[in-house]
Amino acid sequence: MTSDAERLDEGAQEAGEDAGHYYLRLYVAGHTTKSTLALNNLKRVCETHLAGRYEIEVIDLRENPQLAAGDQILAIPTLVRRLPQPLKRIIGDLSNTEKVLVGLDIRPKVACP
Amino acid sequence: MRLMSKPHSARELTGLLKAPTGIVGFDDVTLGGLPAGRPTLICGAAGCGKTLFGITFLVNGATLCDEPGVFMTFEERPEDLEANFRSLGYDLNGLAAAGKLIVDHVRVERSEIEEAGEYDLEGLFVRLGFAVDRIGAKRVVLDTIESLFAGFTDQAILRAELRRLFGWLKERGLTAVITGERGEGQLTRHGLEEYVSDCVILLDNRVEDQIATRRLRVVKYRGSSHGTNEFPFLIDEDGISVLPITAPRRNLAVCNEIVSSGIPGLDAMIRNGGFYRGSTILVSGVSGTGKTTMASHFVNAACLRGERCTFFSFEESAEEICRNARSVGLDLHAHVAAGLLRFEWARPSLYGLEMHLARMQRDIETFKPAVVVIDAISAFRGPAGDVQSILLRTVDLLKSSGITAMFTSLRSGASRDEGTDHGLSSIMDSWIKLVDVEENGERNRILYLIKSRGTSHSNQLREFRMTDRGIELIDAYIGPEGVLTGTARITQEARDRAAADQRERESNRRQRQFARRREAVRRQIEELEAALQAEEDEEAMLLGEDELRDATLKSDQAARAIRRRAAE
Repeated sequence: MTSDAERLDEGAQEAGEDAGHYYLRLYVAGHTTKSTLALNNLKRVCETHLAGRYEIEVIDLRENPQLAAGDQILAIPTLVRRLPQPLKRIIGDLSNTEKVLVGLDIRPKVACP
Repeated sequence: MRLMSKPHSARELTGLLKAPTGIVGFDDVTLGGLPAGRPTLICGAAGCGKTLFGITFLVNGATLCDEPGVFMTFEERPEDLEANFRSLGYDLNGLAAAGKLIVDHVRVERSEIEEAGEYDLEGLFVRLGFAVDRIGAKRVVLDTIESLFAGFTDQAILRAELRRLFGWLKERGLTAVITGERGEGQLTRHGLEEYVSDCVILLDNRVEDQIATRRLRVVKYRGSSHGTNEFPFLIDEDGISVLPITAPRRNLAVCNEIVSSGIPGLDAMIRNGGFYRGSTILVSGVSGTGKTTMASHFVNAACLRGERCTFFSFEESAEEICRNARSVGLDLHAHVAAGLLRFEWARPSLYGLEMHLARMQRDIETFKPAVVVIDAISAFRGPAGDVQSILLRTVDLLKSSGITAMFTSLRSGASRDEGTDHGLSSIMDSWIKLVDVEENGERNRILYLIKSRGTSHSNQLREFRMTDRGIELIDAYIGPEGVLTGTARITQEARDRAAADQRERESNRRQRQFARRREAVRRQIEELEAALQAEEDEEAMLLGEDELRDATLKSDQAARAIRRRAAE
């Protein structure tokens, strides 16, 4: 698990951050309204801002509880930005789009003069 | 939850199940351990031993009670924990490999987390549940869950989730230990006691007079009686041990057996030839009067009898005592090697008074010595009342264990009074006082046996000397000149010897004179007797001559008569 992540991270560094490929993981626990809402919100944000250069992996901890420790998951739902570096975590149902964008580092330079 | 737990605990009041912690003393204080199947809150400031308590609870559960456990740490990394507890002999990796323990590190990094909308802590539940199910854990430690408060901004969600977590732990019948930082005005910084109401234990590490003492108190224990005092506890190479200071048992079987002091001269001063077994002996004296040497003799004698001894030293190290004892001909090293003698060295300032007593109690309980030396009680500093109370309890402890104990006490050189010695002299059975007398430019050591309960003893002082064959007691010179010691005693003894010689010579001379006079008289008598004899001889000779003459005369006459008749 960790070694996979490291390899991914190394890959990202080699490819360079300009590639701008987003590798995202969404941790949920069962099909709750919150997790459904989070996934929908995430898809919406990605389609709007990262069309074509993102990848979402949904991990259901109800089915794979052993994966919770790897990414230090406590809160559900948690969105982990594995790429680009650095690793970022956003918790909650992602209903606050502004915070999601800040959290994913998607348009900070536009906002700041 | 609180409302629900009330009838619950009332029902179980008679037979509350307990999960033993395996921590020495703690299970006594709580009459069995922590409440089984319920969460317990351990709170205390940083460095109080909360984590150690939790780890010990799990390790002992896994090794002694066959109850696997999950340690969820929010602070230390598992590698650090492993390294930290290896020094205590806890093999966390080994237990983990044996499926008895899972250490799960939950890292909460506020800076990495962005909150965007509603969430809950289901991830924590999943992780804990997964770990518990994997090894069939019965025990859980959360150390310290308060770190979550720093990781999440939404306190309302957090509190609701914590409440749910503790409910969940209870529902699953897990015996849980939750640690919490001590807070201002409340037991924990974030009020965890609000959620964990079954059992609350407070750890404390107070510093008084620059000396830290660890104390433990059971604040509450729903459904069970428990010790309410503050109990000192130790953290050392053997882990945690809590020391319930039990009430002394004063109705003791007294012993008439006599034990030697190890110094023949001292034994001879006591009618019985030594001290009673189980009695306490105080040796007091100013610096350099040989208190420790006397104690060394005492343990040496005990070890030679094959008894176990513990030497609590608060001044010299074990090596120094052994070396110094060798100079008076005692081989304490051999007794240490034979496992009969054990030195427990500690600086008085290392721990608080309570802690010293606690350590002594633990050492005595583990080693079970027959003879104990405490050198020196005067090393304990603190408020007089505290020191006295500690020493009284030490005496009680020793007496209740039937241990013969020798205490040494340093009296300050200036005060020559009988010295209260922390008020201890009155509860001691025997009191030996060592004094050094300074006169004629020398110091001499003098020993008084001030008291020895239950046996008559010499009321006279003895001078004692340290020789390479041990301590020797010498009857001090008591004469018309007063009490003399040292060279004064030696010169006085020489003078006495000279005088005696003189007297002897005088008497010899007189005897010779008498003999001479007797001889002269006897000679006179002999002379007179010789003269008498001569007289008698003379007389006898004259008489003989007369008789001869008469006889001759007669025979001549007869011859003449015959001749005449023939001529007729």
